[in-house]
Amino acid sequence: MSYNFKAEMNKPERLAPGHRMCAGCGGTIAVRAVLRALHEGDKAVIGNATGCLEVSTFMYPYTSYEDSYIHNAFENAGATMGGVETAYNVLKRKGKIKDDYKFITFGGDGGTYDIGFQSLSGAMERNHDFVYVCYDNGAYMNTGIQRSSATPMYADTTTTPVGSQSNGKMQNRKDLASIIAAHDVPYVGQSTLLGNFKDLHTKAEKAIYTEGACFLNVMAPCPRGWRYPTEDIMEICKLGVETCYWPLFEVDHGKWILNYEPKKKLPIEDFLRPQGRFKHLFKKGNEDLIVQFQEEVDRRWEELQFKCSR
Amino acid sequence: MAVRERLSGNEAVSYAIKQVNPDVMPAFPITPSTEIPQYVANYIANGEMDTDFIPVESEHSSMSATIGASAAGARALTATSSCGLALMWEELYVAASNRLPLALCLVNRALSGPININCDHSDSMGARDTGFIQIYAENNQEVYDNFIQAYRISEHKDVRLPIMICQDGFITSHAVENIELLEDDKVKNFVGEYEPENYLLNASQPMSLGPYAVSNYYMETKMAQNTAMQNAKQVILEVGKEFGEVSGRSYGFFEEYRLDDADYALVMIGSAAGTTKDAVDALREQGIKAGLLKLRVFRPFPDEEIAAALKNCKAVAIMDRCEGFRGKGGPLGAEVKAALYDHAKDVKAFNLIYGLGGRDFTVEEAEEIYKALQAYDKEGKPFAEYRYIGLRG
Amino acid sequence: MAATDITKITEKSSWQDITEGNQIYAAGTSRLFNTGEWRTQTPVFHSEKCKQCLLCVPVCPDSSIPVCESKREDFDYDHCKGCGICAKVCPFDAISMKEGQ
Repeated sequence: MSYNFKAEMNKPERLAPGHRMCAGCGGTIAVRAVLRALHEGDKAVIGNATGCLEVSTFMYPYTSYEDSYIHNAFENAGATMGGVETAYNVLKRKGKIKDDYKFITFGGDGGTYDIGFQSLSGAMERNHDFVYVCYDNGAYMNTGIQRSSATPMYADTTTTPVGSQSNGKMQNRKDLASIIAAHDVPYVGQSTLLGNFKDLHTKAEKAIYTEGACFLNVMAPCPRGWRYPTEDIMEICKLGVETCYWPLFEVDHGKWILNYEPKKKLPIEDFLRPQGRFKHLFKKGNEDLIVQFQEEVDRRWEELQFKCSR
Repeated sequence: MAVRERLSGNEAVSYAIKQVNPDVMPAFPITPSTEIPQYVANYIANGEMDTDFIPVESEHSSMSATIGASAAGARALTATSSCGLALMWEELYVAASNRLPLALCLVNRALSGPININCDHSDSMGARDTGFIQIYAENNQEVYDNFIQAYRISEHKDVRLPIMICQDGFITSHAVENIELLEDDKVKNFVGEYEPENYLLNASQPMSLGPYAVSNYYMETKMAQNTAMQNAKQVILEVGKEFGEVSGRSYGFFEEYRLDDADYALVMIGSAAGTTKDAVDALREQGIKAGLLKLRVFRPFPDEEIAAALKNCKAVAIMDRCEGFRGKGGPLGAEVKAALYDHAKDVKAFNLIYGLGGRDFTVEEAEEIYKALQAYDKEGKPFAEYRYIGLRG
Repeated sequence: MAATDITKITEKSSWQDITEGNQIYAAGTSRLFNTGEWRTQTPVFHSEKCKQCLLCVPVCPDSSIPVCESKREDFDYDHCKGCGICAKVCPFDAISMKEGQ
C-alpha cells in the first residue's frame, strides 16, 4: 500500500461540494481523505450518525455522496451499518446481488464517544466487516459546542463555561481509540489532518481493506468551537501531534504501533495558545492549570510509548 | 394437506418466520418474546432456514439494524416486548418515515414500573402513532396466519410501511394450543420473493436515505406516509381474502362474533376475546342479545367499518387493556368513541379498563359488563364508566 | 428505477411530488446548491506561481479545487466558502486571499 500523493489527488471526488458545513470545517476534510482511500471503482455504502456532517451533507433533496448513504439516528450508526453489512452478506450468499461493497460509517464525537457508544461497542464486538470513523472535534458542535467525553480538560464549552468559579471542563477526555482496541478488533488507527495526508490515507485504506470491524479516530478541528481563524487548521493539527496531545498510532491485530515520535516534543502551550477555548489558561494565576494539562499529556504519552514498545 | 400441530404462540410465529425465511433478523431477548429469537437461532443452527441472525446488544440496536438491513434491500424483522419496544421508540418512527417494509413480532407486555412481565397492551398502544401497521391476534392460529400475511401487506407498492404483528404475552405466547399450519411451498408461494425497487445495494443506482428535511418538506412527507397507511386498508382486505383462499381462514379488520343482531356489544383486542365469546354464548342462552367486536387491525384504524358494525347496538363497552391517563379511559375507547361520534352518534358507548399487568379477565366479569349495559338500556341504571375490572378496593 | 431529478423537487412541490420516504436515487446532487455566496473573502489562484504540488487539494473542506490530469485548475467559485486554508498551506504563494466575493 504505497502512497502516491499525485495519483490520489487525481481520483474522482467522492464527497460532492454544495454541502452546508461551515467554512474551514475539519470534518469534511477528514471525510474526503477517508473516502479517497477507497480504491477507484469499488462500491461503498456510507453511514452517518446524526450531527453536523449529516444535517449538512444530506439536506433533502441535496446529497453530497457519490455512493449509497444511510443516516438513521444519533446513537445507532454502528448498529445501522451492522444491519446493512449483514444484509449484504445474506443477499450475496443468496445470489441476489453481484457487486462487492465496502462499508464506512462516520460519526462525530457526540455520536461516537457518548450517545452512540453502546451501539458502536456492540457492532465492534460482533466484528461486522465495516469501518467506523469518528471525526473528533471534541464537543457537540452541531447543537452549539456542548462538552462531550472527548472534550479535553479545561476547555471552555457552552455547558462547561469558564466563569469566576469555573475553569471549564473538569474531567480529562476519554481515550476512545484504546477502548475500541480493547474490543480486540482487527484494526484501530488514530490520525489527524497532516501535510500530504499520508498518515490518514494509509490508515483509512488499511481499515477499509482489513476484514472485520475497524475503527479510526480522526482529530478534526472545528474553527467555531475551538475558536481559531479558519485558515489555521493544518497548523493546529500539526501542533496537536508535535505536543503529543494527539499521538499518531495504530493497533493492528493487537500490536500497538507508534507512527510518529516528535524529535523535540513541544510544550502543550503551543497547542493550547492558538485556541480561544483555552484562553483563560493563559491568564495570570492559572499557570498551574497548564502544568496539570501538561502532566496529563505526558502521562498518556508515556503509557502509549510503553504499549508500543512491547 | 394442512399440518395439524400443537404449538405455543411464540412457536407458531417462529414457525411462520422459518417458512417465510426472511434475510436478516436482529433481536435482543426480553420476556415474553425471548423464545422467538431462540427458536429462529435454533432453526438457523440446524440448517432449517438461511436467515442471518444478529445478536445485538439492545432493542434500540435491533430496530436500528433491522432498518439498516431493510434499507440495504433485505427482508428483515425483529421481535420484542414491553420495555424493548419502548427503547426502540424513535426508531419506530424512522422505520415508518423511511418507508421500510420491515416486520416486528411483538409479544404484548405491560410497561415498567413496577416491572411486570405479564400481558397488557400499553407497549403497542403507546406505539400506535409511530406509523407502523398494527395487527393483533386472539390466539396462536391468528398470530401464525397474521405473520404469513405480514410482508404481503407491508411490501405492497401502495403501502411500503413497517408492520407490527402482535400477540398477548404468556396468554398466547406461552399457551400451547392446537394449530393448523400451511405447507412450506404454500407459504413460499403466498408470500413470494422480495424484490425491492430501491435499496442501498442496488449497483445501478446509488441511493441516499434519512435526510434532514426543512419544514417546507416535512408536512408533505407526512401526508405521503398517511396516504400509504390509508392505502393499507384495501391491501389488508385483499391479502386477508387471498389468504382465506389458500388456508380456509379469511381475515378482515375485525371479527364480529354474534354481533349481527346484538343489542349489547363489547369491543376488545386480543386473547380476552376468547373469554368474552364464552360469556356471549352463555348470555345468548339466557335470551340476552350479546355480541363481540374483536378488533384485529388497529393501524390503519377502520373507523367507518367499526361504526357500521356497531350501529344497531343499544349500548357498547369498549375494553382497553391499557391505561391512557387522560382520566377518561384508554386509547381504544377514545378512538372507537370518535368513530361512533362521526358515523353512529346514537350508539351509547362506555370505556372500561381491564387486564393490566396480566390481571385475569373472567367469563363472569364479561357477563357482568353485558348485564350492566342491559340495565343501563332497559332500566336507565347509570353505567359506571371508566372503571377497572377486577380491581380490589 | 429512474434516477431522481432533484430539480423537480422544490420547497413548493406538492406532497405527491416528494420522493417516497425522502429517498434520493442520485449521486452528488448537492452540486446544484451554491455555497459560493457564503464567502466573505475569496482565494485567487496565481497559476504562474503554482508548481502543481497539489498540497492545497486535500485541505479544502468543500472539494472546490478541481484536479485534471494531475494539475489543479482554478477554484470552483460556486462552492468555495473562502476559508483560506489552501492559501495558508501553499508553499509558493500561488494563492492569495482578497476581501469579498
